[in-house]
Amino acid sequence: MENGKVERKDELEDILQSFSRLANGLIPAFHAIQDRYGYVPKERLPEIARAFNLSQADVYGVLTFYHDFRLEPVGRHVVSVCRAEACQANGSAAVIDRLRRKLGVDFGKTTTDGEVTLLPTYCFGNCACGPSVAVDGKLYGRMSAERVERILHGLGVSA
Amino acid sequence: MRVYVPRDFSACALGADEVARAIEREAGRRGITLELVRNGSRGLYWLEPFVEVERNGERVAYGPVSEEEVESLFDQNFLEGKEHPARQGNPEEIPYLRRQTRLVFRRIGKNDPLSLDEYRKHGGLAGLARALTLSSQQIVEEVTKSGLRGRGGAGFPTGIKWKTTLQAVDDQKYIVCNADEGDSGTFSDRMVIEGDPFLLIEGMTIAGLAVGATEGYVYLRSEYPLARRIFEEALERARAGGILGKDILGSGKSFFLNLYVGAGAYVCGEETSLLESLEGKRGMIRPRPPLPAVHGLWQKPTVVNNVITLASVPGILADGADAYAQLGVGRSKGTLPVQLSGNLRRPGLVEVPFGITLEELLFDYGGGTASGRPLKAIQIGGPLGPYLPSSLFHVTLDYEELAKVRGIVGHGGIVAFDDTVNLGEMARYAMEFCAEESCGKCTPCRIGSTRGMELMDKILSGKKAPGSIQLLVDLCDVMINASLCGLGGMTPFPVLSGLRHFPEDFGYAKEEVEPLLQKV
Ligand SMILES: Cc1cc2nc3c(=O)[nH]c(=O)nc-3n(C[C@H](O)[C@H](O)[C@H](O)COP(=O)(O)O)c2cc1C
Ligand code: SF4
Ligand code: FES
Repeated sequence: MENGKVERKDELEDILQSFSRLANGLIPAFHAIQDRYGYVPKERLPEIARAFNLSQADVYGVLTFYHDFRLEPVGRHVVSVCRAEACQANGSAAVIDRLRRKLGVDFGKTTTDGEVTLLPTYCFGNCACGPSVAVDGKLYGRMSAERVERILHGLGVSA
Repeated sequence: MRVYVPRDFSACALGADEVARAIEREAGRRGITLELVRNGSRGLYWLEPFVEVERNGERVAYGPVSEEEVESLFDQNFLEGKEHPARQGNPEEIPYLRRQTRLVFRRIGKNDPLSLDEYRKHGGLAGLARALTLSSQQIVEEVTKSGLRGRGGAGFPTGIKWKTTLQAVDDQKYIVCNADEGDSGTFSDRMVIEGDPFLLIEGMTIAGLAVGATEGYVYLRSEYPLARRIFEEALERARAGGILGKDILGSGKSFFLNLYVGAGAYVCGEETSLLESLEGKRGMIRPRPPLPAVHGLWQKPTVVNNVITLASVPGILADGADAYAQLGVGRSKGTLPVQLSGNLRRPGLVEVPFGITLEELLFDYGGGTASGRPLKAIQIGGPLGPYLPSSLFHVTLDYEELAKVRGIVGHGGIVAFDDTVNLGEMARYAMEFCAEESCGKCTPCRIGSTRGMELMDKILSGKKAPGSIQLLVDLCDVMINASLCGLGGMTPFPVLSGLRHFPEDFGYAKEEVEPLLQKV
């Protein structure tokens, strides 16, 4: 995932052009837009609605229904941690606790320096090898508070 | 000489990619030529990354192997199967694997998941070849006779579902594979898609022939990026290899298959919500009737089946319905790929015939808790499944037997907890999960789950507010009876089972809660 500003309009337009041909292209289009920009820019919603021949309310409704889609930019790094049962059974509480303390943010929030966003996930399918934490899409298994702190350190998070 | 290193989401989460690269690097440095194959995982997850060496058809396994250990493997000549602290011997002789009855998982770990030649060599496409000699009715009859029931959760007989769609008359019908696998504690769908993608493709193609559908979709959850990459590649190869498309295996019959990726919503695993989402909309539950089998995707007759259900079909066609129906017990036929996770020494994938006891699964396979503490409870059947205490571990894996103790098979996930777990806290979590994932269509689920969380907070704070347990039970009763779908309707299962079996975790004595639990 690349993160940044919307500098070249036509890329989003390209995405809309190719996905609006599909009867069910809106969700794939959101994925593609987010892969490119890191989020779905709010100011482009009218254009997206027009491309799919939908009302803005409809487009907004779909976007906000799904946990994956965001209307705000995320930090340079995204740390997602599994909150589900199998990871809990293996001590994910300590991992989550350490993440929150070290980052100083709660779920859904980005550190004040804009570096790291912390997100909850409900299972990565890595339940046999939890606790599970993903950093910028790369999954790590058998996490502990110490190991996750080392990963944060690798991202440049100190304190 | 071949060396196998799994390309499996969990194995990679433990460093399998790094191990694979280190093996290639080390081989290069030593001037050794070897063929590195990225296989699926055998499902012996406590041993991942699990490296296998094959010489003259014989395999020797090593695991768990870290990137740092690769050099020592070469030093000690693992390529000739020599001793090493990580050596596990012939993988197929490891009791965990040897004692299983692998039908769906028969190939996984043995071959290159993306090689169609190897798929054929290991028995792939035999089911499809046989299906092409049968009529639609005959295929449906064969599946009905096998006794196969849906592995997504509800356990509905697959043959009966297919018959409904076969009998529906329309110009277009669809096969939709539910690969949303939202249940925590489950990963068998992922393993099949990553470890044997052609099997799912074959199963869906057979389903298409059975009901007269020429188009299909796999709805895959977005949390599985590796499965997505592997399946996209497999689709390309299946199209190029004439397994999909206009002329399946030269039969003149057609089946077109597409991949569609979800966007993080647990409720989209429910089949009507999934269909809405697949149409590009909000994943709101549809009232039923009508059934998706008659009015499904774009209102057309649609078979929605779980990955494991569809992946069971090629074997049933290849080996015959009787061979499948001979396995299992009662009305629970065949095998179930059980997924063991949580606090266990040997978590992993255990495919066995129905009828095995929970005890055997948890201790003979699972090895008891990883922490060494007593195994206090299991959650069976996903996040909407109940918590069962050790006094019920004699119960067998069987849809009907489990139902007698208010258990469910679900998608076959079993999560183990040691005695540090507090079931009151897990009950609170269940309510929180429901609140987080509710689609919002009906009040008992949308409002009830939030109320349930608040109630649990009160109960857990130790203030025995009079009537709060009564309120919790009443709330659960309403959620069970007045919710439109299983999310609201089953969230009470983990809550009430916790209360029933572990009232002390809620701050109550058995005698206090028992009278209240009579009606639910
Ligand atoms: C809240 C909820 C979530 C569900 N999630 C899944 C899922 O992730 N995967 C799945 O196969 N079935 C899931 N189901 C069951 C499906 O609705 C449906 O029964 C299943 O896909 C049918 O396929 P089968 O007959 O092969 O089991 C879910 C049901 C509910 C109520
Ligand atoms: S029970 Fe919950 S998820 Fe299901 S339809 Fe009602 S509000 Fe939606
Ligand atoms: S419960 Fe955490 S990965 Fe499945």
